Amino acid sequence: MVTLKELNTPMKIVWCPGCGNFGILSAFKSAIIELGLEREQIVIVSGIGCHGKIVDYVNTNGFHGIHGRVLPLATGIKLANPKLTVIGFAGDADCYDEGWDHFCHAARRNVDITLIVHNNMILGLTTGQTTSTSQPGFKTKSTPFGAISPSLNPIANAIVSHATFVARGFSGDPKHLQSLIVEAIKHKGFSYIDVFQPCVTFNYLNTFEWFRKRIYKLEDHEVTDKWKALEKSLEWGTRIPIGIFYKEERPTYREHLPHVKSKSLSMMSIADMDISEIIETLM
Amino acid sequence: MKVNDFSILIGGEAGAGIARSGFLFAKACMRGGLHVFCTIDYQSLIRGGHNFYIARISGEEVYSQLDHVNLIVALNAETVMLHKKDLSSNGGIIYDPADISPDSQNFQQEKLKLYSIPLKKIVRDKLKETQLVIRNTVALGTVFSLLKYDLIFSEEIIKDIFKPKVAEINLKAVRAGFEFAEEHFEKNFEYRLRKIENAEKRIFLNGNEAIGLGAIKAGCKFYAAYPMTPSTGLLHFMAANERKQNMIVIQPEGEIAAINMAIGAAFAGVRAMTATSGGGFCLMSEGLGMAGMTEMPIVINVAQRQGPSTGLPTYSAQADLRFILHASQGEFPRVVIAPGDIEECFYETMQAFNWAEKYQLPVIILTDKYLLESYTSIKPFNTKRMKIERGSIITGIYKGDEKYKRYEITATGVSPRALPLTKRAIVRTSANEHDEYGFTTENPEMTTKMIDKRIRKLVYLSRELEERNIATTKFYGHARGREATLISWGSTKGPILEAIKLLNRENIVVNYLQIIYLQPFPKNKVENVLDKAKKTIIVENNKTSQLSSLIREYTLRDSDYKILKYDGRPFDPGYLSQKIKEII
Ligand SMILES: Cc1ncc(C[n+]2csc(CCOP(=O)(O)OP(=O)(O)O)c2C)c(N)n1
Ligand code: SF4
Repeated sequence: MVTLKELNTPMKIVWCPGCGNFGILSAFKSAIIELGLEREQIVIVSGIGCHGKIVDYVNTNGFHGIHGRVLPLATGIKLANPKLTVIGFAGDADCYDEGWDHFCHAARRNVDITLIVHNNMILGLTTGQTTSTSQPGFKTKSTPFGAISPSLNPIANAIVSHATFVARGFSGDPKHLQSLIVEAIKHKGFSYIDVFQPCVTFNYLNTFEWFRKRIYKLEDHEVTDKWKALEKSLEWGTRIPIGIFYKEERPTYREHLPHVKSKSLSMMSIADMDISEIIETLM
Repeated sequence: MKVNDFSILIGGEAGAGIARSGFLFAKACMRGGLHVFCTIDYQSLIRGGHNFYIARISGEEVYSQLDHVNLIVALNAETVMLHKKDLSSNGGIIYDPADISPDSQNFQQEKLKLYSIPLKKIVRDKLKETQLVIRNTVALGTVFSLLKYDLIFSEEIIKDIFKPKVAEINLKAVRAGFEFAEEHFEKNFEYRLRKIENAEKRIFLNGNEAIGLGAIKAGCKFYAAYPMTPSTGLLHFMAANERKQNMIVIQPEGEIAAINMAIGAAFAGVRAMTATSGGGFCLMSEGLGMAGMTEMPIVINVAQRQGPSTGLPTYSAQADLRFILHASQGEFPRVVIAPGDIEECFYETMQAFNWAEKYQLPVIILTDKYLLESYTSIKPFNTKRMKIERGSIITGIYKGDEKYKRYEITATGVSPRALPLTKRAIVRTSANEHDEYGFTTENPEMTTKMIDKRIRKLVYLSRELEERNIATTKFYGHARGREATLISWGSTKGPILEAIKLLNRENIVVNYLQIIYLQPFPKNKVENVLDKAKKTIIVENNKTSQLSSLIREYTLRDSDYKILKYDGRPFDPGYLSQKIKEII
């Protein structure tokens, strides 16, 4: 079983002191240890942004991809080799702006991967612009007169897009987040956690304090009730729920492929593929 | 009387089953040992509009359509209007008087051979069918009668391709047409098809199918693509074979997803492929760069069509060469291979997967509509000719003493590639510049070393191409003392070979250099040919002669003449030979 030390890398962490990303990093490592996974069986995939650097900070297999494409990359990896545990880390701009077109399709498809979105409601690495989860009226260098459109509701979107595991965490509560990550990885199918991850440098509004005042943990919530989940997902303002909103058992994408089932494509022998039957049909 | 040298055009509205009928006719000819080339012309719509299918049948190998056809099956009036000019002087037209009145078309004055048959009436009254498409099969029956070609082959094909009930109707239909023609048509048609005894068995397929077969034979297990003409046929082919061949074939939300999924699958260790056309490839460009940067072996079939932008979605072009060579930011190695015929589609695709894995880079198979959607009858592939070469792959347990380095700097630039799940190996990859372990770096020395390493792979690949004498170009004809040297790439090959045949008949002898590898560019081979050429003529389906500029870039030499065509249609050999004669 892997230890915390083995999960560390020699890379110097270059997130701002106090950044919400630290909470996600520690919760994730603890979750891996709790799950008893081996480093070689894990692949973490990240996008571009402050969050994306996480691949350098966890000593497992990793793919630091391009902006917005965490989901299709993770999907390709998992479909090719289901024996890998594939976890994607995306930013809010990464996933909800640049890569938004992949989100609902990944949910629908239900490939057995986990997506963790570092939602700081800002573009961090590009020095603080408005994203789709920023509050209306939010002023940044790119929206000096305030953001115009209402903010995107990714949780509600995930639920209506048939995601089978939908949760929200807070990086200021890594213990709770760890339990969500453990549940998400254990879940068979597409599991998704939106994580409030305060950006202490650029997001002057949605601070740790701001979140602490508002969030509460979902309790006595029937996670298999889609209507209730949707209702909860719309709650925003003085009280914002975190925890598991929705959970459902549905066959994964690969379970619809009887010919490959749980076989790894990468382990199949390709030295002598037989195409004679197809050739026959062309005669 | 002309025997076994015949071209037919079947024309009608989109949705009238033209392609199916052409296919049936062509395959019936092939089963009788004849050689076949077929091409289809259709518009970007589903109903109405005008479609036509040309099938050329011969006793010897054929590489393209000709400028003329000898028989037209007109399933609407428009076919006659548009294609009358394409008929040879002794040609004929089969038509339904219910659709076309000979007077309105001025047939009589032109001394065309007219074969009138009430196709719709026969379907309705004699065959008691409601499906209008059955008339196509009736018409085919008349064609076989005119050509005196044994019905048995078409009957076999009908039984092979249709479900029993539909087959039964079509069998009746082809017979009805045949009998009608025997009874009513004037016996003045001058073309005959005769089966060739003991002919070698052949297969009939288009470029998309050949590439699909090449991919399957190469062990491609993951195919992700979004529909876009003319690459869609490959998606259909792969999907149809998904289960039997233990592949995963997926149609995701778009081209960006497709290429990223393919890269993900390649990372996991699977031979992965995608395909698209120009517009989709624009969307894939960022992914292409990531494949270059992360050294991920993927194969991409880029199927050109006439642009820019949406352009002519269902017509052919070769105008994306420069785009493909340079797509995506930064400098990274890629291989670009342009097959020129169906056989090359198969073998070059197999080869593409080998290069992709051996040198860990993206390989683009550059094709076009004309190549991918035209059918040829060819000898079945020699599936033993090409071996699978996967390069340096580590699975199971990594046995190195040091920590595994995914991007170890080596002499050839190629680093041993551990697949994720390998014990004792952490496989870290990054689209950011990275060090040997795959950790992000912005260090200037490491940046230089890594760029050098990646580019170096292409140097070694070029060396291997030369040492193994891989056919990066092909040369047709004798090297010296000829009137001109034609140079081209991709699908112009077929019409060029046919044009050369025509010129030879007039004792005009030209030779021909086909360039298959556009990256790495076979500079030495091209220079050798240029040295000996009396005049060079570049033949391309684009406006700006992109191959000329490429040759100039590598050899510092201009081509003497260019024959360019960019109306979406392929070259016809007669037109081409005429242009060549004008130059000589
Ligand atoms: C295609 C593309 N567009 C733009 C960028 C520039 N860029 C770098 S990071 C980033 C967004 C960062 O925001 P987010 O995804 O929320 O991550 P964070 O930095 O907040 O963790 C952008 C737009 C890019 N790298 N690629
Ligand atoms: S800019 Fe914001 S998100 Fe990025 S590291 Fe600093 S605090 Fe974290």
